[in-house]
Amino acid sequence: MANMPVSEMRLPPHLAHLLAARRLDTAKVSLSIPSPLLPPPLLTARASGLRSVPIQDVLSLPEVELMVILDAGLPTARAAVALVSEAACPPCQTALALLEERVRLGGGGRLATTLCGLDEALGGGIPMGKLTEVVGPSGIGKTQFCLKLALLAALPEYYGGLDGRVVYIDTEFKFSSRRMIEIGQKSFPQIFRQEGLAQKMAGRILVTRPTSLADFTKSLEEMKVTLLQHDVKLLIVDSMAALMSLENEKATAGFRQHPLRWTLSFLKSIAEFSRIPVVVTNQVRSQSNDDGYHFSFEVDKKDGNKCAERFDSHLVAALGIQWAHAVTVRLVFESHSGHRFIKVAKSPMSPAVAFPFVVESSGITLLSDESIDVTGPEITSIRCQDISPGQNVLAR
Amino acid sequence: MGEQSGKFLLCSHYILIFAWAQNAWDMLSDEQSQKHITTGSGDLNDILGGGIHCKEVTEIGGVPGVGKTQLGIQLAINVQIPVEYGGLGGKAVYIDTEGSFMVERVYQIAEGCIRDILEHFPHSHEKSSSGQKQLQPEHFLADIYYFRICSYTEQIAVINYLEKFLGEHKDVRIVVIDSVTFHFRQDFEDLALRTRVLSGLSLKLMKIAKTYNLAVVLLNQVTTKFTEGSFQLTLALGDSWSHSCTNRLILYWNGNERYAHLDKSPSLPVASAPYAVTGKGIRDALHTNLREVDATEQATTVFLYLNVWHILHSQIEKQLQGGQLPIGMDNS
Repeated sequence: MANMPVSEMRLPPHLAHLLAARRLDTAKVSLSIPSPLLPPPLLTARASGLRSVPIQDVLSLPEVELMVILDAGLPTARAAVALVSEAACPPCQTALALLEERVRLGGGGRLATTLCGLDEALGGGIPMGKLTEVVGPSGIGKTQFCLKLALLAALPEYYGGLDGRVVYIDTEFKFSSRRMIEIGQKSFPQIFRQEGLAQKMAGRILVTRPTSLADFTKSLEEMKVTLLQHDVKLLIVDSMAALMSLENEKATAGFRQHPLRWTLSFLKSIAEFSRIPVVVTNQVRSQSNDDGYHFSFEVDKKDGNKCAERFDSHLVAALGIQWAHAVTVRLVFESHSGHRFIKVAKSPMSPAVAFPFVVESSGITLLSDESIDVTGPEITSIRCQDISPGQNVLAR
Repeated sequence: MGEQSGKFLLCSHYILIFAWAQNAWDMLSDEQSQKHITTGSGDLNDILGGGIHCKEVTEIGGVPGVGKTQLGIQLAINVQIPVEYGGLGGKAVYIDTEGSFMVERVYQIAEGCIRDILEHFPHSHEKSSSGQKQLQPEHFLADIYYFRICSYTEQIAVINYLEKFLGEHKDVRIVVIDSVTFHFRQDFEDLALRTRVLSGLSLKLMKIAKTYNLAVVLLNQVTTKFTEGSFQLTLALGDSWSHSCTNRLILYWNGNERYAHLDKSPSLPVASAPYAVTGKGIRDALHTNLREVDATEQATTVFLYLNVWHILHSQIEKQLQGGQLPIGMDNS
């Protein structure tokens, strides 16, 4: 990574600092700072020759070691830390400026899903610039949901779409163009009757099929440029858990966390940097003894509730609690009482609510726009009771 | 002669020590005049001794979705409540490491706060017009300084930079870091380095809290730990970090309600209190009577609740008429 003089770190806000952030740990501080900017003690450090010090080291090394590197005294080391901190710190914005920017970008910063109840609960739709997770047992309709979202993002704006390209990362080979066009024809018949529009829409959706995590990370890295150049408006990863389980087969448990961590923060930074919604699907797994349910101060309640909990919520989302913390919006697809529900389990904008839905030829449709309130342990539990095969039939 | 000079030296030593120290009586009056930032929920304020304390570092942790960010945003708004309405009239610094700061929600909470102020102080419009003008959500948003942090290096940088920033903005009364954990779980393989960096950060934050007389609120995530023969939830970042904060508040689910548990405090007893997250922000939980009724009444309430699903599923009703509760409905 090229040396970056501290003076050049006064980059324009947002874009630059987000871009640089991923590289910040490898970016270096060249102590060839123009003299007016340097306090006098640092000038003497310069005299002992140009030194390139990684920013990460300047900020995390103990002062004594920094003094050795700079070959200077304590006040100099402290001044260096203060100077580098100020330059490395991202620019400050007021919340009002954020709001005005959001308003200026227009569109409310959301991708409407055309499921009215869900859109209302989410404050307009899937938020842009944030990570949204769709989790549920297999066969419940996650991919159908993603196909519909891909279509919506590709549609022209006067039909309610984002008029942009979509990148669909398909790890389980579930993407079906035929099915997507069928969804389009049934949901927006008047649009798709137009000649050539189906081809144009399908042409906007780029599908990649990584076979390993290494493939995936490589395509993500290349994607940053693609996102800017090709006006991509939506990124879908279907599914994240499949990639991680591929990795698990090779690696030991200790290393399991690493690829996830990097991927997680990279996806988040892509989302914010390019201000597009990122939708990631996740699988479920059965609860194991490794899942803690209670804090130590709740010990007296543990035994009583244990049985009830195990019975109720015998499924949990894969990828762990770290992933659960990191996503901004979590949509849980579950089934119980003979129906399927989309549950908004985690959202900064709304309380936990659920909507019943079915999968039809036109994709996912809500049975009712009236939300059902969900409270307590039901919010985090995922239930999968008898998804009857009859419901899965796509009417022709 | 030697003795005299020795005594003199001893005396001067004592004077030097006392010049830097403060006696406990003076500290008592300091503590009593300490300001608190209301959390929005009376029950929560009670267990906290009035609210979040200034000059102290408070750690707030909980499972995903329990309301940590909501509470962080609520505090960033509540610190701005003008002095004439019982608040601190200060500004807020919000350091966002996860990207969970949603501006529309902040606006909503600001509106809710203003509405509650006007409810409690109905004659405020008779006061000076300048006071009234400030009660706009936009003004509340303008007084929140927002930093978006994308790596642990930036996190260290911003905390270092805060000393200078706070010197220039002396009206900041709260610093919220949401969350302090995220980047430290991601980028570290060397745990010893992590512990050292974290302890350095916590010392700096404590110093900032004391020097600038503000509250520092750190939001933390949870992880599982194997203790006493089973896996339990605990706050992330390890045991050494758990010593770093003055106060610790744990948010958790207790049945269907959100609860806050004061786990660590130098002056207050361990206690729990319920709270709710509403459209207006953090408020008191509705004290329903569900907890106090007997079993038959509970069953009836459950039956009424299920009527909503009656339209969808008649089997449940049949089961209820038979006197059984359907599988999955927990009576506790």
